Amino acid sequence: MKFKGLDYYDVAGLLSEEEILVRDTVREFVEDNILPIIEKHYSAGTFPMDLIPKMADLGMFGSTLPAKYGCAEMNNVAYGLMMQELERGDSGIRSFASVQSALVMYPIFTFGSEQQKDFWLPKLAKGEKIGCFGLTEPDYGSNPGGMITRAEDKGDHYLLNGAKMWITNGTIADVAVVWAKLNGVVHGFLVEKGTKGFTAPEMKGKHSLRASVTSELIFQDCKIPKENIFPKTDGLKSPLMCLNQARYGIAWGAIGSAMTCYDTALNYAKSRIQFGKPIASFQITQEKLVHMVTEITKAQLLCLQLGRLKDQKKLRFQQVSLAKRNNVNMALEIARVAREILGANGILDEYPVMRHMANLESVKTYEGTHEMHTLIVGEDITGIPAYV
Amino acid sequence: MKFVACINHVPDTEAKIKIGSGGNAIDRTGVNYILNPYDEFAIEAALQLKEKKGGETFAVTLGGDSHKETLRKALAMGIDKVILLKDDSVRDSFSVAKALADELKKLTPDFIFFGKQSIDYNGEQLPGLVAEMLGIPSVSTVVKMSVEETKVICEREIEGGHEVVETSYPVVISAQKGLNEPRYPSLKGIMASKSKPIEERQPIAVPSAAEVVGMQKPPSKQSGKIVGTDATAVPELVRLLHEEAKVI
Repeated sequence: MKFKGLDYYDVAGLLSEEEILVRDTVREFVEDNILPIIEKHYSAGTFPMDLIPKMADLGMFGSTLPAKYGCAEMNNVAYGLMMQELERGDSGIRSFASVQSALVMYPIFTFGSEQQKDFWLPKLAKGEKIGCFGLTEPDYGSNPGGMITRAEDKGDHYLLNGAKMWITNGTIADVAVVWAKLNGVVHGFLVEKGTKGFTAPEMKGKHSLRASVTSELIFQDCKIPKENIFPKTDGLKSPLMCLNQARYGIAWGAIGSAMTCYDTALNYAKSRIQFGKPIASFQITQEKLVHMVTEITKAQLLCLQLGRLKDQKKLRFQQVSLAKRNNVNMALEIARVAREILGANGILDEYPVMRHMANLESVKTYEGTHEMHTLIVGEDITGIPAYV
Repeated sequence: MKFVACINHVPDTEAKIKIGSGGNAIDRTGVNYILNPYDEFAIEAALQLKEKKGGETFAVTLGGDSHKETLRKALAMGIDKVILLKDDSVRDSFSVAKALADELKKLTPDFIFFGKQSIDYNGEQLPGLVAEMLGIPSVSTVVKMSVEETKVICEREIEGGHEVVETSYPVVISAQKGLNEPRYPSLKGIMASKSKPIEERQPIAVPSAAEVVGMQKPPSKQSGKIVGTDATAVPELVRLLHEEAKVI
């Protein structure tokens, strides 16, 4: 049966015709192109590369950026709905779109020179070029300000040294947006594939986000042309602005994972017979399902208002932290409860639940850990920073 | 050249249909409506032919304001202009065909595409009726089509095989699944559709030639029967399949 989504509070009634059409189009795309192949890729630990041109054709990359770069110029609610539907497919596929859009195209658009924008944005929108974002380092995760990666001004070029870790798309990227200290201040650089001294080995052995490429980026005396520095950055605040874009999409994406886990659990509970009746007729199961519907409905309304605020340019980053923290945690919890309802069947790849659960473990930690978002909101409401 | 797709707004294939209180129409409450799936082939055919031959594409539908949603989807897929013949009164196929033909006469299209049927009432009448009213040829259930100068060559599905038909245009073609692979509306197209106008026109009034007097749901499924659990049940199963179910 085709996925109908979950809309207990007629939240769709608050959406425009275009927003609904975006949601339904991506939903159908996921149904036709991602669901039939995802388990195979997840189990093989490969990213489905042939999805890239298809996603680009639809306009999924940099979709909130201006039409003159070949982008869809959607509002942020439509963008969020797209992320929700993509993550209904798989968090790894949504991660690809998040990185390409929020962590590569957004910084080029926001901090880049006209030349950088004109050269890279159309190619990235068309999926002809793939990008990645290097901020996190082996020893600096939640505290990126301590980064070791350094750039030195050598007159006609910059010399880049250091290493980044946990970089989505790293190995398959044509260009890396790399954050490094230059004279003690964080700056952004475009490092192109093939630059001498730049390697991007894939990290293996993941039990989560298996249909996504995760890499290290290693820079050994890389000569970076002068025109490859972002001219308009403002220290560490700039990469954090990128993360804020990505977190916004993740808050929506988590709803997609939660909805498919709920949908799977509901259908299973109605058809699985024990003690002569469907397990959906037992009070404990009903309580679990009601809990899921309640949490998903709350998350939907949270995100919709978050998106409206973003479109009105009234959004504060602490509000994004609240939504990312709440929604990913809620989705992970729902995946676990869905697995309980499915019993032993819940661990099989015949159902999407265990895959989503394993993915969400990463999603809970990346783009600002659950704990860091707690402290961001904590500081916001008390005025006391608890992480320094 | 002008290419027109005549499209319809129909209940979702998975909608649970209830009969309304009058007994002769469905109860629309809570029913989700979509672009008629066969009409997606009609839109795609119009778009592909325009890409090859150049010209302009149109989508036309007859119905109430709710049909605008379906016209937006046509715009998002890439149709240039859309027309709503605004009238949500009850009309039979004959009356709809008359109104469409009247509008199409003014548009003077070279190709008119329909889905082979609307999945709501499954009348399969409109393409033939409209062609007849316009005095032009029509080819139904087309799965392959090519256009060579003045010739149109169509492959259509017939019982147990395909039939190749040659005709000229202007022509009415009803599209069967397989004619093409309908594109997704692009996100850019969806956003651009917002600023494109939906032309509203008053269709001519034509009394219906037939009236729906009643609707019935099919009888509910009867529960299955277990005739046995081992090989000894086979003769009885065969007998029942032959004599009762009459399927072998």
